[in-house]
Amino acid sequence: MDIRNLTCISCPMGCQITVEMNGSEVVRVSGNTCKRGEVYARKEVTDPTRIVTTTVRVAGGKADMVSVKTRSDIPKGKMSDCVKALKDIAVEAPVHIGDVIMSDVAGTGVDIIATKNVSKI
Amino acid sequence: MESYDIVIIGGGPAGLAAAVSAKRSGISSILILERDKELGGILNQCIHNGFGLHTFKEELTGPEYAQRFIDQVEELGIGYRLNTMVMEISREKVITAVNREEGLFEIRAKAVILAMGCRERSRGALNIPGYRPAGIYSAGTAQRLVNMEGLMPGREVVILGSGDIGLIMARRMTLEGAKVKVVAELMPYSGGLKRNIVQCLDDYGIPLKLSHTVVDIKGKERVEGVTLAEVDQSGKPIPGTEEEYPCDTLLLSVGLIPENELSNGMGVEMNSATSGPVVNESLETNIEGVFACGNVLHVHDLVDFVSEEAAAAGKNAASYVKGELRAESARTIRLVPAEGVRYTVPSTIDPDRMDETLTVRFRVGAVYKNCFVSAYFDDERVLRRKRQIVAPGEMEEIRLVKEQILKYSGLKAITVKIEEA
Repeated sequence: MDIRNLTCISCPMGCQITVEMNGSEVVRVSGNTCKRGEVYARKEVTDPTRIVTTTVRVAGGKADMVSVKTRSDIPKGKMSDCVKALKDIAVEAPVHIGDVIMSDVAGTGVDIIATKNVSKI
Repeated sequence: MESYDIVIIGGGPAGLAAAVSAKRSGISSILILERDKELGGILNQCIHNGFGLHTFKEELTGPEYAQRFIDQVEELGIGYRLNTMVMEISREKVITAVNREEGLFEIRAKAVILAMGCRERSRGALNIPGYRPAGIYSAGTAQRLVNMEGLMPGREVVILGSGDIGLIMARRMTLEGAKVKVVAELMPYSGGLKRNIVQCLDDYGIPLKLSHTVVDIKGKERVEGVTLAEVDQSGKPIPGTEEEYPCDTLLLSVGLIPENELSNGMGVEMNSATSGPVVNESLETNIEGVFACGNVLHVHDLVDFVSEEAAAAGKNAASYVKGELRAESARTIRLVPAEGVRYTVPSTIDPDRMDETLTVRFRVGAVYKNCFVSAYFDDERVLRRKRQIVAPGEMEEIRLVKEQILKYSGLKAITVKIEEA
């Protein structure tokens, strides 16, 4: 039996939640004071995901960098690969919010999209 | 002299939302003055997500949230001037500003909305001994360098203060390849949002040391390390608890202060708890026709509430210009923060001027669990709401209803307090 300790982020209480796991199966969730805590804990131990935000260099734009994000959340373990994949690329201005900067980042099947408009010089 | 009905000082989230709201309330002569080269203010460097859950029911990044409002400003044809720094505002609402094209110039306004935002508390405010080496940045400066200019301030980082910007930068610097060794917080609790502690520190195994502070900074030309020590209940370092952390960078995330040089210069009355103006139910300062909103009024945690507050200020400024905001009556009721509540915004209510409901925002001074947020009309408790937890890092609010207030004739004060169960 595996024990995972988490801090709930559903509200400022920050309940310390204990999840007992049998392999990848959740056996028991305790320490939460509300239903939201249990939902959060189950997701966090079985399929933790995050939206990743970072920046990409821009060539010929009014700004040097454009902010970007993953279009949807990706597995937590892929965050650092995702940022690395974007480290050495540059995009040509103009860039618009929602433009695809890279498709299928780090094999996640998720696109990287721009979150800021950068016009040409 | 050039003149406008409403001039808004600052084109960040507060200024933009105030402008949109004033325009929709029927005022067409509006000008936004912004000192940066683009609209959007601090949101431009806040590239992380989590903005807009209340306003747009989706999670946006800072630049996306800003663009939603910039688009509205453009669509509504609201005028703005960039790269323009306001130097002074007189009590008569004459604004002196400067930019490269026009030099120094004056603008007359019927109403002014103060939306200058806030600044970070700096090292000078902390009394940390040591030399003044390179490598000490406020967290927000580091954020601008990394996110907008593509520069890394350092490789081995210690962060003092667990405000949200510090937490966000711990994650950001880590993702960019730096090693964030520790976040030290003077208080026994973090000033940041819980989700930031989990997603910015716990996710990356960055330790958070509560009740700790920096007692020494090593290095003469460049930071070479810092010394942390545990502090006692009064915040004094405990001898013998010192620990050395070799590093090349120290980020400070030790609080935000509303930027009120202009307000002070024009004689706006200030609230010592918020460091922002004292305002009435219309978010109007002691100077008639001068309104304040956003972080210049009191520092917020969530931009959604800045937009909401600014929209109210914009609407009220529009009413003032149209002559619909009646003069304050003698019936003004004081809002009194007590027992655990540090301040309220607004500070006074004129029931004749208030809308059907009024949101009163406040902060508590400590963490309270299983408590009640209560409001008293003079000595009578009229509102009591159970809360599992309230914390200084999360702004609270209550809603007052005009009808209920009008029932209490002769009401002098509304007291907001925390009552423990």
